[in-house]
Amino acid sequence: MQQVLYIFRKEFGSYFISPVAYIVISIFLLVTGWFFFTTFFLLDQANLRNFFSMLPVIFAFVIPAVTMRLFSEELNVGSYETLLTLPVRSGEVVLGKFLAAVAFTGAMLVPTLAYPLTVSLLGQLDWGPVVGGYIGAVLLAAAYAAIGLFASSLTRNQIVAFIIGMAICFTLTLMDRMLFFLPEALLGILAYIGTSPHFQNISKGVIDTRDILYFLSVCFIGLYAARLVIEEKK
Amino acid sequence: MIHVENLTKHFDQVCAVDQIHFDIHRGEIVGLLGPNGAGKTTTLRMLTGFLRPTSGTIRVKDFTVENQALEIKKMLGYLPESAPLYPDMLVFDYLQYIASIRSLPPDRSLSRIRELARQCGLEEVMHKPIGELSKGYKQRVGLAHAMMSDPEILILDEPTSGLDPNQIIEIRDIIKHIGKEKTVILSTHILSEVEATCDRVVIIHQGKIVADGNLRALKESAGGTNMIHLTVRNAPFEDIENQISSVEGVNGIAKLEESGDQVRTQLTISSGQDPREEIFRRIKQTDWVLLEFYQQTQTLETIFRGLTKEN
Repeated sequence: MQQVLYIFRKEFGSYFISPVAYIVISIFLLVTGWFFFTTFFLLDQANLRNFFSMLPVIFAFVIPAVTMRLFSEELNVGSYETLLTLPVRSGEVVLGKFLAAVAFTGAMLVPTLAYPLTVSLLGQLDWGPVVGGYIGAVLLAAAYAAIGLFASSLTRNQIVAFIIGMAICFTLTLMDRMLFFLPEALLGILAYIGTSPHFQNISKGVIDTRDILYFLSVCFIGLYAARLVIEEKK
Repeated sequence: MIHVENLTKHFDQVCAVDQIHFDIHRGEIVGLLGPNGAGKTTTLRMLTGFLRPTSGTIRVKDFTVENQALEIKKMLGYLPESAPLYPDMLVFDYLQYIASIRSLPPDRSLSRIRELARQCGLEEVMHKPIGELSKGYKQRVGLAHAMMSDPEILILDEPTSGLDPNQIIEIRDIIKHIGKEKTVILSTHILSEVEATCDRVVIIHQGKIVADGNLRALKESAGGTNMIHLTVRNAPFEDIENQISSVEGVNGIAKLEESGDQVRTQLTISSGQDPREEIFRRIKQTDWVLLEFYQQTQTLETIFRGLTKEN
């Protein structure tokens, strides 16, 4: 288990070595900041509902970009071979990289704490939904990171990994809006599969074990699939 | 120490390694030799657990690759071909990362990194990103990476590729030094490297082992067709033929080159015989001027070419 920590440290560190991290964070902050504050004064309400409601769509874009290099780069450079011949289990590699990606999205969310702080200066902010929103955001980020990691394990091309990851994340995000086109018999299951309803529940401040369980299952499935892909590469 | 039985690896339709057997004992330096695409790297990758064999068994000490891969990986140090490493990391950071993954105690890891830096000549580049290093330095970082935990078995895939002649000699000295106590398996297609470093050679061709043994035995078993080269002045070839071909042990004589009054000839000697003394006596009786007279055994190169020629 110690190995997970070492891999995590190395991966998290190497995010900040390359300029990609700073670019991704900047774009994320620009996009969220712009979308949030352009409508904030028009709505004239002291809450962050608007910010959290667009988070799933933005994450579906940004997080595959964060995770795309995790395996693809190693496969491309060949360092994958060095990594897998070290005394580590493939599960530990997957977990270490996943935690690094989640921690990175955590670091990406930290500057957005400026929004609730600004809002609380302007009016009476209800902190409950804000705390819930951030918990939900981390869970959502983890679920997307697991998917992105799986996409990254499939190919040595980072762009392809990004597109595959984004396609899956987008499908899950927009699932509840596409139900109209889907067969009636599957509606119940498909509605449950989408990420948005679960995220909205939590970001209202309602922390339901079913929603948490949903996100954890998505993480587990993504990571397990990534591990399977790695084992299959042997 | 390492026991390999019936090892086979298929990639889709292609059979890269075909039913190979070998045993490697502690303290041996084994050279894996073969033309490009013979299956050297695939064999090494299976030994390190990076590739899963299609069939067959690999046992290292009492561990098998299928069940106790982790235990085996702990005993192994591996330098992959062309040393693929993280280009963004600093050499020092990278070695420290390897030290922690290899579970070196923190108080020992720093001294070990220093030791390796000195041994592999990395002191000047410790704080440079790996991506900026020349190929030779990358190779050395890879070697330091492989030796980090002072492993019992060192597997090196083309360890001297991309190095300059001085570095090659340094690396060979390191390998020989390690080989005194540890087991080293290295693959290469540089024949002189095998002659300079290895106790034993395994020649692989089209996924099969075509020769296995120590160098001297291999040379002897390859036919013992020794040659003697003889160059003389002031003697027509016919005279030489008359004088020498009757010597016991000389099977044939061939003219290689004739320029002016010099004749270069090659004598074929039947195995187990050494007619040099008698040849010398005969030449002494004449008034030829002896310019060259030397024996040539089969070189590794000719053995290699003989064994790996395409059908």
